[in-house]
Amino acid sequence: MTRRLENTSPIKVAGLNHWFGTGDARKQVIWDVNLSVTRGSLTVLMGPSGSGKTTVLTLMGCLREVHDGSVQLLGAELNGATEADAVALRRRLGFIFQAHNLHESLTASQNVLMGLEVHGRGDPAQQMRAAHHALELVGLADRLYYLPANLSGGQKQRVAVARALVSNPEIMFADEPTAALDKASGRTVVEILKSLGRERGTTTVMVTHDNRILELADRIVTLEDGRIVDDV
Amino acid sequence: MTAFLTVLFGRLPIGWLQLSHNRTRLFAAIAGVAFANLLVFVQLGILGALNNTTTAPYALFDADIIVSSADANTLTDGSNVARQRLFQAMSVPGVAEGAPLYMANLEWQRSDGNFSTLQSFGVGVDQTEFLAPDIAAEFNVLALEDTVLIDRTTRGLPGDMLGSISSRTPFIFEANGRTLSAIGTLAVGAGFSSDGTLFTSDQTFLRLFTNRSSGAPNHILLNVQDGIDLTVVVDRLREVLPLDSVQVNTMADAAAADRSYQTTERPTGIIFGFGVLIGVLVGIVIVYQILSVDVSDHLKEYATFKAMGYGHSFFLGIVFEEAIILALFGFIPGLLTSIALYAGLATATGLPIAMGPDRAAVVLLGTLLACIISGAVATRRLAGADPADLF
Repeated sequence: MTRRLENTSPIKVAGLNHWFGTGDARKQVIWDVNLSVTRGSLTVLMGPSGSGKTTVLTLMGCLREVHDGSVQLLGAELNGATEADAVALRRRLGFIFQAHNLHESLTASQNVLMGLEVHGRGDPAQQMRAAHHALELVGLADRLYYLPANLSGGQKQRVAVARALVSNPEIMFADEPTAALDKASGRTVVEILKSLGRERGTTTVMVTHDNRILELADRIVTLEDGRIVDDV
Repeated sequence: MTAFLTVLFGRLPIGWLQLSHNRTRLFAAIAGVAFANLLVFVQLGILGALNNTTTAPYALFDADIIVSSADANTLTDGSNVARQRLFQAMSVPGVAEGAPLYMANLEWQRSDGNFSTLQSFGVGVDQTEFLAPDIAAEFNVLALEDTVLIDRTTRGLPGDMLGSISSRTPFIFEANGRTLSAIGTLAVGAGFSSDGTLFTSDQTFLRLFTNRSSGAPNHILLNVQDGIDLTVVVDRLREVLPLDSVQVNTMADAAAADRSYQTTERPTGIIFGFGVLIGVLVGIVIVYQILSVDVSDHLKEYATFKAMGYGHSFFLGIVFEEAIILALFGFIPGLLTSIALYAGLATATGLPIAMGPDRAAVVLLGTLLACIISGAVATRRLAGADPADLF
C-alpha cells in the first residue's frame, strides 16, 4: 500500500469554531481551537462530557462539515471540501468507535475485509490474507470465521481495530476504544495503536476518559466548554 | 452462493449476507414476493383465458372480412345484419364470395340434469371455404337435417362422453325441442359465456332457433379475390355499405378489437387487469417494507462504512442487490405455485389457463422492476446513516 506524506503534521487545526442548531437555538460548542498533531504520535483528547472533544474529533476526521476556521487533514483543507473530497480523504483514515459497529452478518475476516474493499477491487486472495494478518496482529488468529455474535466484547473491539488498521491508514481516530473493555484488553488495544505509530508512522488521535491508558499517550489535550485548557 | 456472488460483484455480497443472516425475515420476504407473483399470475392467467376465449371463435373461420352490426362490440353482441348487405357487398369490386353467419347460444339440458350453454354457429353447407380446414372437412355431412358438430371439450362433460362420435355412431341429444345428432366433434373449449361450441348448417340453425330469420344473420363473412389488397376492399365496402347500421373490418382487426373491448371496457377484463395492478402494488409494498426495515436495522453499520470511505453508490448497490435477490428467490416459488394453480383452475373451470414462457418472462421482468422500484424508495432511508452520529 502506498503512503503519501504531504506534511509532517498531518492534522492542523486553526481558529476552529463550531456550533449546533440554527437561529435562536444555535449554540456554539467549539471556541477557537488550535492544534497541530505530529505524525506517528498518539494524542489523547480528554475532558468532561460535553466539553467538545468528540466534536473536535469528528471535525478532524471529516465526518462533520467545518463551519468556521481551518482544519487541514493530510494537506487538504476541510473547510469548503466537497462530499467527494471527504469520502476520498476518509479512505486514508481509520476509525475505531466506542461501539464496535461490526456488521452482524459478516465474519470477523469479512468485517476486516471491508476495510480493504473500500479501496477497490484487488486480488481477493491477497486481500483475505491481509485481513487474516490484521486479525493475527490483534490476537484473533483463531477467530477468523466467527460472527460478531460469537465473540466477546473485547474480541469485537479488536476486530474493529483490525478493520481500521488493515488498510494501513495514515491517521487513526478512536473514540473511547477501551470503554467497553477490561483493563488488559483496553491496554492491548492502545498498545496496538501505539505500535502502529512506531512501526508505520500512523498518527492516532483518541478521545478517552480512561486514565489507565494515559501513560501510553505522547500528548494529552484537555478540553473544557469547547476550549483547549491544557496541552501537555 | 456467497462465493459465487463475491466473484460476480467483485466484492463481498453484503446484501445477500444480510438477507441470509436473518433466515426468518428472508423466508417471510420470499413468501411475500411469491405471494405477489401468485396474485399477478392468477390475474394474468384469467385475463389470458379471457383473451384466448375471445379470439378462439375467430379461428374457426377462414374469412378475410367480417361485416357486423354497427352496435356490435364483440362477435357475440350487437344487432343482426340485414342479408341485403351481403348482396350489396358482393357487388363491390374485389369481393370474391360471401356467406351469412348465424350465431346463438343453445341451452342443452344434459342427461344428468345439468345445463350446458353451447355457442352455436350456423353456416351454409356449401360455404365451407369460410370455415377453418378441420371444421370444413366434417361440414359436408351437416347437410342432413338436425345434424351438428359438437365441442368434445365442452365444460362439464365426462371426458369420454363424446370421444367416440362419428357419422355412424352419432351422439343423440335434445335441445330447444329438437332431437339433434352430433356426428362429429371439434375442440374449442369453454369460455366465460359458454361451455362449448356447436356447429350446424344454416338450415338446421334456423330450425333450432325458430325466432331467427334467414334474412337477418349475425355477421356476413367475405373473402376477397386473390391478389387484391384487403384494406382496399375494406375501404370500398365502407363507401358502399351504410356505416350507421354496419361496420366493416378485416377478421384480424375484428378479433383484436373484440379482445381490446373485452379487456379494457368490460368489467371482467377491467377487474382482472386491476387485479394485476394490485398484485404488483402488493409486491412493491412487501419488498419496500422488507428493505426499508433492513436498511433501518443496519444504519449504524452503514454509517460505519460511510466513515470508512464508502460512497453512496455502494449502499445503493447493497439495497438493489437485496431487491434483485428477493425478486429472483420469490419468483421461483411464485411461478411453481402458479403452474400448479393454473392446472387446478383449468380443470375446475374448463378455461384455457396455462403458463407460457412469455408470461413467465414478463412477470419475472416485472418482479425485478417492482423490486428495484421498492429498493429505490427504500434507499431514501440511507440518508439517516450519518457517520458523525456514531461518536
